[in-house]
Amino acid sequence: MGATRTGRKPPRVGDQPLFRRMLIGIVLVIVALLIVAPLVVIGVEAFSKGWVVYRDTIIHPDTLHAIGLTVFAAIVAVPVNTAFGVAAAWSITKFDFWGRRFLLVVIEIPFSVSPIVAGVAYLFVYGLQGVFGPMLDEYGIKILFAIPGIILASMFVTAPFVARELIPLMQAQGRDLEEAATSLGASGWRTFFSVTLPNVKWALLYGVVLCNARVMGEFGAVSVVSGNIRGQTNTLPLHIELLYHDYQAAGAFAAASILALIAVFTIIAKVALERQGAGRVRRPALVTSPAEKAQ
Amino acid sequence: MRRNVLPGLRLSLGVTLFYVGLIVVLPLAALVFKASSLGPEDYWRIVSSSRALASYRVTVLSALGATIFNLFFGLALAWVLTRYRFPGWRIVDAMVDLPFALPTAVAGIALTALFTTNGWFGSILADLGIKVAYTPLGIMIAMCFTSLPFIVRTVQPVLEDLDPALEEAAQSLGGSDWQIFRKVILPLLTPALLAGVSLSFARSLGEFGAIIFIAGNQPMSTEITALLVFIRLEEYDYQAAAAIASVLLIAAFVMLALTNWMQSRALRYTVKG
Repeated sequence: MGATRTGRKPPRVGDQPLFRRMLIGIVLVIVALLIVAPLVVIGVEAFSKGWVVYRDTIIHPDTLHAIGLTVFAAIVAVPVNTAFGVAAAWSITKFDFWGRRFLLVVIEIPFSVSPIVAGVAYLFVYGLQGVFGPMLDEYGIKILFAIPGIILASMFVTAPFVARELIPLMQAQGRDLEEAATSLGASGWRTFFSVTLPNVKWALLYGVVLCNARVMGEFGAVSVVSGNIRGQTNTLPLHIELLYHDYQAAGAFAAASILALIAVFTIIAKVALERQGAGRVRRPALVTSPAEKAQ
Repeated sequence: MRRNVLPGLRLSLGVTLFYVGLIVVLPLAALVFKASSLGPEDYWRIVSSSRALASYRVTVLSALGATIFNLFFGLALAWVLTRYRFPGWRIVDAMVDLPFALPTAVAGIALTALFTTNGWFGSILADLGIKVAYTPLGIMIAMCFTSLPFIVRTVQPVLEDLDPALEEAAQSLGGSDWQIFRKVILPLLTPALLAGVSLSFARSLGEFGAIIFIAGNQPMSTEITALLVFIRLEEYDYQAAAAIASVLLIAAFVMLALTNWMQSRALRYTVKG
């Protein structure tokens, strides 16, 4: 281009002031009604019966137990999922093997499957009417309607979270650096920790943050496998439902306000990580890059 | 193909296959096994019962409605966020992800509070004679909320990468804004829009937590398929639960195949260097 044209640029499509203002106006109104209002109403309803009811709900033993269980599920499920995501990304992006793309599709299945279907599926593995249920029962191992079931169901729904962030990025970065490191004598672990990890740390953290939010907020799958035993297998989202149907709306919203706060922090963390470049490279893993073809 | 010198294939692939097998494949296989242990006649009787059919109808129609709304609104939102700069656009951009970050049960009770007849919106709509909570319209709104980010986030990168020269060329040929949008910009956005639509629709078909609070859950009218599965479980009718869940699973696989196909088309426009 260069200086072939002087003077004013013509306005781009849709840049007429009237159209522009109207479109911004319409979009902002819908955002306010559909996204902002639900967030605001949680806060308003949570304090509708006053600060005391709010505080009493939060410090009630059942709520505290639900918070503890939710945090525990995240402490177990998120690191396991992260390790899996790293392993999956390493194997899929650093090696060529038969069925690689199929494996990618299988990893992403939980995104498309209804959480209820996931819950039911776990019932048919570990429940008394399931494949392993009767055997586990003989040994007195309880997975369903207990904490292990909650953690397993959470792992199912979040299985793709970390892998999805790492795979496209590690694919785009290629294998040259790792190959150089190993040819200089670095071990596999050393190569991973000092060469690969520094390049993908923000994307990894991004996946971990989103995975954590989903584990803490999962409702459908967990409600099938938990058995909803108050003070025992109730996670925070399930506790909200219980309070809500108990006609303790203010209490339900008080409990919900904790999860809403986590959601807001998740979004802030997400924006901060996106500034570091995370979440940018999206899904090119499913196509073979030209560079790869040339090899 | 050159020889690979990197270590760790066995370990990483082993861990991956073990985890995917145990966490994803085994449960789904168990579900399919359970559903197929019913004879074909029993299976068909359960999945085509009038209550199940009514649940498919309300689920699919609400999901369609929500997806169509999100198609237009998602496109408008993506357009506004990439083309226009106004005070607070970064905050709006960040807020788009709220439906993904907010737990579905929280979204469900919040939307219900807004749309019941004494809620902020519900009371105004009730004066106009429109009932939202405990009707299919409520189901649709819950689906709109939970699947909103899909279309915005698939269209946004394509809009950002759109070459201004294309528009300039069309303008210099005398095209009006509407013509240029329809004949130049929209065709370029179509693959991303379709990918977003299929993701959004698939999510709506399976959504549970956000819907059950606002839906009313009346059999034959406001009972979604995911809830029917849950109800069959609570009745200890495991075979019926397996059969109806398998219908949702099949729908999910069809949508997954469709999405992958559309995304591989859309990728031509979204891959960034």
